[in-house]
Amino acid sequence: MKFTTMLAGALSLGLTGAAFADAHEPLKVGFVYVGPVGDGGWTYQHDQGRLAVEEEFGDRVETVYQESVPEGADAERVITQMALGGADIIFTTSFGYMDPTNNVAAKFPDVKFEHATGFKREHPNVSTYDARFYEGRAVLGTIAGHLTETDKIGYIASFPIPEVIQGINSTYLHAKKVNPDVEIVVTWAYTWFDPAKEADAARAMIDQGVDVILQHTDSTAPQAAAQEANANGARIFTFGQASDMSAFAPTPRVASIIDNWAPYYIERVGALMDGTYEQTASWGGMPEGEVVIGEITDAVPAEVKAEAEAMIAAITAGEYHPFTGPINKADGSVWLEDGQVAEDGDLLSMDFYVEGIEAEIPN
Amino acid sequence: MDLTAISPTLLVASLMVAATPILLAALGEMVVEKSGVLNLGVEGMMIMGAITGFIAAVETGSPWLGFGAAVIGGAAVALLFGVLTQVLLSNQVATGLALTLFGLGLSSLLGQGYVGIKATSLGRLDFGPLSDIPFFGRVLFGHDPIVYISLLVVVAVWAFLRFTRAGLILRAVGESHEAAHALGYHVRRVRLMAIAFGGACAGLGGAYLSLVRVPQWTEGMTAGAGWIALAIVVFASWRAPRVLLGAYLFGGITVLQLNLQTAGAQVPVELLSAAPYLVTILVLVLISLRAGRSGDAPADLGKPFHASS
Repeated sequence: MKFTTMLAGALSLGLTGAAFADAHEPLKVGFVYVGPVGDGGWTYQHDQGRLAVEEEFGDRVETVYQESVPEGADAERVITQMALGGADIIFTTSFGYMDPTNNVAAKFPDVKFEHATGFKREHPNVSTYDARFYEGRAVLGTIAGHLTETDKIGYIASFPIPEVIQGINSTYLHAKKVNPDVEIVVTWAYTWFDPAKEADAARAMIDQGVDVILQHTDSTAPQAAAQEANANGARIFTFGQASDMSAFAPTPRVASIIDNWAPYYIERVGALMDGTYEQTASWGGMPEGEVVIGEITDAVPAEVKAEAEAMIAAITAGEYHPFTGPINKADGSVWLEDGQVAEDGDLLSMDFYVEGIEAEIPN
Repeated sequence: MDLTAISPTLLVASLMVAATPILLAALGEMVVEKSGVLNLGVEGMMIMGAITGFIAAVETGSPWLGFGAAVIGGAAVALLFGVLTQVLLSNQVATGLALTLFGLGLSSLLGQGYVGIKATSLGRLDFGPLSDIPFFGRVLFGHDPIVYISLLVVVAVWAFLRFTRAGLILRAVGESHEAAHALGYHVRRVRLMAIAFGGACAGLGGAYLSLVRVPQWTEGMTAGAGWIALAIVVFASWRAPRVLLGAYLFGGITVLQLNLQTAGAQVPVELLSAAPYLVTILVLVLISLRAGRSGDAPADLGKPFHASS
């Protein structure tokens, strides 16, 4: 019996090796999600990317995913499980998976790991990818600055990480550009996904006179809260986050920032199949089609819409960078000289507000 | 910082809305635990209530039928737990955890066609001129019916456990199922009824989330509310008035800290975010310390019972 087990083991090993060389066996692609696929936002979009990979490669890939994985020790267990389950490449799709991903990658040198929105690549099999959401926030900020009547725009923030701080700064700078009186109110939810808390945060803002709300959390609850307030006579505008959230259009949702991961996932899985895969640190934006602005509804005045579309065109063509000087830091010191464009490194480690935002960043 | 931007009236009003789901779920769980059963599946029962209530409200257009369906949905999954633990004598802790996972999974399956849809919600009750009284009008007379029902349930549960014979039997079953059995009470039947009641309350709380507080269906929308309800039962040392206090404290500080942030209060945000947990635990622990040991856990909590043993 022992002999047969060994034989079977040797056989299957040989078979896998052969299959791999011939690329007959489907490539197993794993995804680790921070929220449920049905969150209507961030995780939903990553799952759309997964489905796009399946559609592109058909029988040549097999995808697996695990949803609602807490950031932290649990994530390490899930990623390890996925690697043990025979995944060839694993996409971990939230900032908090950064260290767990690198830890697991050390133990599975033959598996490729791709971490979204992080910056640590401690092993040759770890790549990172991110999208330049601040490009989309610049457009939303412009619309927000025009739409507000109370001159108070609200931002429901998740965690104080560079991506979110970029978003707050970009929104504020561009709202301020079109409306010098604008003030930004930041409320930290300390969660990516908690509909009840997000709705409460939106309500607290509405109660205090905020009339345009942007969010950096993943559920559609703030849109629902705004819709409810509007039904009771308020005039609140919101923006779709990560997904289009078009169920809430034409108001309160007047536009949206959409994450489109499909091109990246298809490119990376394809590269792994044809052997051109290399470690990268990808940071695509509007030019690459990774950051998309959803339909701007008719609730937005035509000239504002035209201004927003012009900005989209300029960013897509590479003619405009949302962080172009002169920009000062909140403490008054100079960050960017007139005409100077922010370096990627500065943006990726951004831990300060720009001048005019009256608040402390939690750390 | 502009603290004048915070309206105390709106704050208290939204506090009551924020606390109601946890209050209902915690009350139900308290009754279950009083009967000697530890059901860790509150989160699963809540989310099942949230989806069954939402589906019923969308399909029928009546929020009342939605809440009714949530009560049934919550009680139904709770009875699944009841049959497994009381009849088949499975481990309560493991079964409760499984119930949470089961509820989360089943609800997302049921809810697939309901993302992004809006259900008709309950309006505020109309108390006529009473609602126009400054401050108290909005706080006391400006809510939807479920807020009042939840407060009635607090009183009812308290009175039931304290003054009725049935409540006494329920407590006896939780303190010593052997003695209760020897006296001729049906331990299993009492516990199954308590479990169903707990599920119904959790389901109602879940539906309050999906129909009033958030108002929409999103997968995983309870986001840990069930676990907070479980904790509140323990810190409230199994007493209905303290459950009310704990839930309102937690809901209140959650809403207050968001309002303080929005108003730009100069308090570290991390501290504000942690405040609901810290303050609720601290206050409830202090109260139960002062009250001595009388409010401790039911003696037979979590122990399996079978008449033959």
